[in-house]
Amino acid sequence: MKAEQQYIDLFTQYEAMVCQHSAEVLNAPRAQAFAHFEQLGFPTRKLEKYKYTDVSKFFAPDYGLNLNRLAIPVNPYEVFKCDIPNMSTSLYFVVNDAFYTKEQPTGHLPEGVIFGSLKEMAEKNPEFVKNYYGKLADSSKDGVVAFNTMFAQDGVFMYVPKNVVIEKPIQLVNILRADVNFMVNRRIVIVMEDGAQAKLLVCDHAMDNVNFLSTQVIEVFVGENAVFDLYELEETHNSTVRFNYLFVNQEANSNVLLNGMTLHNGTTRNTTEVTLNGRGAEINLCGMAIADREEQVDNHTFIDHKVSDCTSNELFKYVLDDQAVGAFAGKVLVREGAQHTNSQQTNRNICATRDARMYTQPQLEIYADDVKCSHGATVGQLDENALFYMQQRGISLKEARLLLMFAFVNEVIDHIRMDALKERLHLLVEKRFRGELNKCQGCAICK
Amino acid sequence: MQLEPNKYVKELTKEKYKYGFTTDVHTDIIEKGLNEDVVRLISAKKGEPEWLLEFRLKAYRHWLTMEMPTWAHLNIPEIDYQAISYYADPTTKKKDGPKSLDEVDPELLKTFNKLGIPLEEQMALSGMAVDAVMDSVSVKTTFKETLMEKGIIFCSISEAVREHPDLVKKYLGSVVGYRDNFFAALNSAVFSDGSFVYIPKGVRCPMELSTYFRINAANTGQFERTLIVADDDSYVSYLEGCTAPMRDENQLHAAIVEIVVMDRAEVKYSTVQNWYPGDAEGKGGVYNFVTKRGNCKGVDSKLSWTQVETGSAITWKYPSCILTGDNSTAEFYSVAVTNNYQQADTGTKMIHIGKNTRSTIVSKGISAGKSQNSYRGLVRVAERAENARNYSQCDSLLLGSQCGAHTFPYMDIHNETAVVEHEATTSKISEDQIFYCNQRGISTEDAVGLIVNGYAKEVLNKLPMEFAVEAQKLLSVSLEGSVG
Repeated sequence: MKAEQQYIDLFTQYEAMVCQHSAEVLNAPRAQAFAHFEQLGFPTRKLEKYKYTDVSKFFAPDYGLNLNRLAIPVNPYEVFKCDIPNMSTSLYFVVNDAFYTKEQPTGHLPEGVIFGSLKEMAEKNPEFVKNYYGKLADSSKDGVVAFNTMFAQDGVFMYVPKNVVIEKPIQLVNILRADVNFMVNRRIVIVMEDGAQAKLLVCDHAMDNVNFLSTQVIEVFVGENAVFDLYELEETHNSTVRFNYLFVNQEANSNVLLNGMTLHNGTTRNTTEVTLNGRGAEINLCGMAIADREEQVDNHTFIDHKVSDCTSNELFKYVLDDQAVGAFAGKVLVREGAQHTNSQQTNRNICATRDARMYTQPQLEIYADDVKCSHGATVGQLDENALFYMQQRGISLKEARLLLMFAFVNEVIDHIRMDALKERLHLLVEKRFRGELNKCQGCAICK
Repeated sequence: MQLEPNKYVKELTKEKYKYGFTTDVHTDIIEKGLNEDVVRLISAKKGEPEWLLEFRLKAYRHWLTMEMPTWAHLNIPEIDYQAISYYADPTTKKKDGPKSLDEVDPELLKTFNKLGIPLEEQMALSGMAVDAVMDSVSVKTTFKETLMEKGIIFCSISEAVREHPDLVKKYLGSVVGYRDNFFAALNSAVFSDGSFVYIPKGVRCPMELSTYFRINAANTGQFERTLIVADDDSYVSYLEGCTAPMRDENQLHAAIVEIVVMDRAEVKYSTVQNWYPGDAEGKGGVYNFVTKRGNCKGVDSKLSWTQVETGSAITWKYPSCILTGDNSTAEFYSVAVTNNYQQADTGTKMIHIGKNTRSTIVSKGISAGKSQNSYRGLVRVAERAENARNYSQCDSLLLGSQCGAHTFPYMDIHNETAVVEHEATTSKISEDQIFYCNQRGISTEDAVGLIVNGYAKEVLNKLPMEFAVEAQKLLSVSLEGSVG
């Protein structure tokens, strides 16, 4: 309990300050979460769920926490200019965990749509936010979720009313900015009413060359017939640690696409839990990771087929270079009575060096008989015949390797339902493979 | 866990010292409970040398520090380890058996007949004291002579301890150490008996070591220990278990099987397990918690596991292969059937350590009734295991809407030259297939048997010929009452 103790002390000492700079709705579950955290502690590798990521190791060092909500002087529009070309999005920023309120894009969002600070929303309309906050993320089940609930003070709240369709994708840029080693605890709540449609692109960037640790809990409520796309793109640096928890609840005939792409990171742990609660719901869950040096990517997914006639597709691809470590654990649970379930899970990985390591666990737990479920996983290398074929035709070995690796991850990119983003990603991935850091001209973040 | 050593045991231990190790104290069953004295007593009763007693005691002391693992996808009622009697003299046990076939449960006989088991074996299997009159005894002796000519050692492990102590000492615990897991520690402390096989260099065992063992199988006790050593360039095919249902009063079975495969040797190990699965309400039944592991130590060695699991209330085992030698090969073929309230969490582990090692996993699960059937497997490619290759396939077939089929494969890859594939599917028997059979006058039950056998054929084909036929029938019998 060594790593935990400093946070237990910190919380006991500064609870009042944490609460003072947040809203009542966020403060209410803190005590309970604290009790859970004291009991659970950080997950250890003995837990099946955390077999491949030693959580407490990352929490042990000293990090600064901005509990007092001091404003951090930064103009994100200044530093972040690499708006994805040909893709007009409604662009919002979160600096560390604070929603950036100055100079917001105006007139982009249809009437009734809310996209803004969680803290602000919770103060303005506590009854409404209370219905959603903490309803999917159960702090009694996971030490890190409890930790986040204890310390989270702000984040983003997104609401799309019934039958409202947002044509233009929303882009949210999370910027990590600090002068000392820094910890961020962020919270995002997304509510899609029945029949609503929206696309959200979340990009993670780290601006300063210090150690960052971020925990983020996202809760997504998707109503009947709603369509929601969530793309998460991580382009941080090697001293960033990210713990991301994404909880999705889907009602009947809803359609959700989740795509998590890790291009550059330090250590990343993504936990995604999807509950299919209404008949005819469909989830497409994809992810890819390109990791080199000592980067670590651990994706843990859980899809719960609670009712009949739901579909889930999962596709995860990893390319691991140098001493990178990749882990994937995907579980699909088909409950009793969830007949006519159609579930597919695929995990394919390339280890490019002998020091790269890959752990994969595709799991099925099925309690219904009239179902179609399959999963597959492979770990291997690039096809030598294909490489030879290309070399015969005058393509250098290096180029041929790039081409094949590019084609390999392209399958995940193809799932994206935004053409401009697809194009942009083709470019980013290619650059990534060429070893050029993703420098987009004029962007201070990537310098 | 440590209980006050009871008086009875104390007395007996004292006795041991009074009369020395060879005294034949004729006790049927020692009193329930487990403590160091019991371990000493078992060792003494078997007249074991000091080193083996030490081995048992070390295992027992380690076992005390362990807790029963809970990670399996199984619902295991609490086991009271002090309520088990850890030693029963096999020679006296048979006296309680029925005197003639008329006294045997008619249900059991019906199943025997369905499986087509010869009369003598029926008698042996129902626990009658027949070993003195049976034909197979003479057969056994003939076999023994043939084996001896070739230099093959095939005997009970207690006999091997006496006759070939060097071999046993060298290999016992070398693949499954007593620290390996909870049940391995327990077994190492109290193992009753089992088989020992040694195939010398360059010898190809001329027969399946099954026919003999099948009759011998009864009453080896609940903590069985098998050790097979195949020396350079040898080959052996070994069959454990039996297709006939075994009525057994021992609830907990925690066996250990260790296999050592040297240079260019090949071992084929087949299991047909049909212990008592409990009644249709899920009452009773055997817990089968077995640690099976082989070490492909030599270059170009090969180990093949084939298992047909239809019995036991709870089956929890992972026959595994450690591929240490370069170019070694391992195979795992499994059919696991669960019906009524049976539970199974079974699969394999393939640990690739040597270069150019290959492994194949084919697992077929069939769940019916209210049973739960899980496949759990690990494929691990170590850093220096260049060019390792694995292919895994696990299919599940669901019969009925209240059963469960689960797959938990693990793949840990530490080498970039490895090629590892895993595939799994889950399906049910389609109504079209049943209808087609019905149209042609095949009853639904027979049709299910037919389809299930077709589904499991890939694995059944790997069984030694004579058992493949019986195993097929067994599948149909096990699924009786699951449809319609």
